[in-house]
Amino acid sequence: MQDPKRAQVTGTAVPLAGNDIDTDRIIPARFLRCVTFDDLGEHAFEDDRLQVGRTGGTHPFDDAVYADATILVSNRNFGCGSSREHAPQALMRWHKGIQAVIAESFAEIFFGNCVVLGVPCLCATTADVNTLIAAIKANPKLEVTVDVAKQQVRFGDRSISATIPDGPREQLVSGLWDTTGELLEAKASIEATAKTLPYFAGF
Amino acid sequence: MGKSLYEKVFDSHTVRKLPSGQYQLLMSLHLVHEVTSPQAFAMLRERKLTVMHPERTFATCDHIIPTHTQLRPFQDTLAEQMLVELEKSCKEHGIRYLSPAKGEQGIVHVVGPELGLTQPGMTICCGDSHTSTHGAFGAIAFGIGTSQVRDVLATQTLAMGKSKVRRIEVNGKLRPGVYAKDVVLDIIHRLGVQGGVGYAYEYAGDVFDRFSMEERMTVCNMSIEGGARCGYVNPDATTYAYLKGREMSPTGEAWDRAVKYWESLRSDPDAHYDDIVQINAEDIEPVVTWGITPAQSTPVGAMIPQPTSFHADERGVVEEAYEYMGFQPGSAIKGKKIDVAFIGSCTNGRFSDFEEVVKHLKKSGKKVASGVRALVVPGSQTVRNQLVAAGYDKVFEEAGFEFREAGCSMCLAMNPDKLVGRELCASSSNRNFKGRQGSPTGRTLLMSPVMVAAAAISGSVADAREVFSIH
Repeated sequence: MQDPKRAQVTGTAVPLAGNDIDTDRIIPARFLRCVTFDDLGEHAFEDDRLQVGRTGGTHPFDDAVYADATILVSNRNFGCGSSREHAPQALMRWHKGIQAVIAESFAEIFFGNCVVLGVPCLCATTADVNTLIAAIKANPKLEVTVDVAKQQVRFGDRSISATIPDGPREQLVSGLWDTTGELLEAKASIEATAKTLPYFAGF
Repeated sequence: MGKSLYEKVFDSHTVRKLPSGQYQLLMSLHLVHEVTSPQAFAMLRERKLTVMHPERTFATCDHIIPTHTQLRPFQDTLAEQMLVELEKSCKEHGIRYLSPAKGEQGIVHVVGPELGLTQPGMTICCGDSHTSTHGAFGAIAFGIGTSQVRDVLATQTLAMGKSKVRRIEVNGKLRPGVYAKDVVLDIIHRLGVQGGVGYAYEYAGDVFDRFSMEERMTVCNMSIEGGARCGYVNPDATTYAYLKGREMSPTGEAWDRAVKYWESLRSDPDAHYDDIVQINAEDIEPVVTWGITPAQSTPVGAMIPQPTSFHADERGVVEEAYEYMGFQPGSAIKGKKIDVAFIGSCTNGRFSDFEEVVKHLKKSGKKVASGVRALVVPGSQTVRNQLVAAGYDKVFEEAGFEFREAGCSMCLAMNPDKLVGRELCASSSNRNFKGRQGSPTGRTLLMSPVMVAAAAISGSVADAREVFSIH
């Protein structure tokens, strides 16, 4: 069993510049017709990749230089739209698997889905994200360290500040991001709280 | 200092503070559909867990169900497999399944309120971002992912942080031809698609006080498009009138106790808000989106904005939108030729949405333009039956619309209703993302149902006030 602690993720990164990249783009809806998450990885960003390809470009997810990346870097409001967990599940299954995401900001549901899967999402300033993206583009083999505990991203001789709220950070660093067991521990308190709510017993 | 409804409901449902600093929050109602639940049920089986409160869990089928016929087995074998899985899981865990066979099926955010499952003061979750719809009743309702669906199935609770609260007041009187859809598109345009991140939205003011429950649902539904995970309206006499007599609503003396309880949950007059936004109702025009996010919109009479009118860090998405849509900045949105018109979805698929369109179709006697494929898709079987009973199905068909079975249909491209190629669709749904309606190059213009009908008749984007002489 893999160590669940997510204090730090080190690897190469794939840059995906842009604001408001929604979960329909991360994994188009037609691939949600499934009963397991197993085969989603290869379809990550499928329609975007096709479109970029058609106009003669190469989408970063099709670019061989980023094929080993385990860290994704994007701009503002990443993962907005649909609540589909299939989005982070697809990213986790793309090639070696995305294990951390850095962006200027995240949509809330996407962020929560990532935390419960043990994928840290950290926010950095526009300038720092753009510096990081430029550094990766200049050297796709650049080793990037996402230090969740210290709220830093380190690459080359640079270190930028990257934040994650206290609660999720604590969950990831201590390895308690899979919450089912922890929530179940409070069974007696759950029922006690229910008893205080008039509708639970039909008023 | 008083408390907002959000704080009262959050606090009363807090089981405990977790070591991480988050809160363990009890869920009043868990709604389940076929797309985001199969993996959650599989995880339960793997971990040998059961559903803690099956009586507070309700399932239906909406995303994948075909709307030309609901006959089983579905032609799409993947869709059929998903439904079989859902039926199996409901049976195994004793969850009530609102099935097509029983006439209870529909979009999860339409059937919940319809049955009286959605009540004030509840915490409501579903593996669907448009769960914010249920906030119309004064509930704290939000979308979750599949692993959280697992958590709620197993424990009836979630690990959550507490949001800030932004009160959005719309005061004054909406002008004729301006609808709830225009109000929410206007709010999203003002505050941006990310403006609501970290906030719960409390909608208030004259306009919301006068709104019907279905209009409130339209606005709350799209809270998430403005980044707010949940949005709500304080419960009032309109809420109670809607709920009274519904299947799952309390009755007799329990009803009186319920109303008293619900009243106590309303935001206090001196409640603390982290932010307050005020909008004049008279300033709101019929809105049409022109881009690839729900905030990229314009009053129907205005021009598609120039890139220079946006903040520098917006321009990337704006340029992307012009390119994807094939629109020129400075050109009119009115007159853009459409291929498809879609009226339905969890935003605008309720009885009053269709009735308003029928009123204008009947009065004008106008028909869908040739070459436009126009779909009317009721949000639930109940809505469909009500429309048929009123004879509205015939009005739609005579005007050239296809009148379909209940489901999510062309909102999201998981069933056979899809755009083809670069088709342009006037749509009463909630998302104009790239590829959202099923073609990777398909294009969506969001607007109110009456504006969709006006576009269908004109064959191009039109001002419904002109088409239907709304004064």
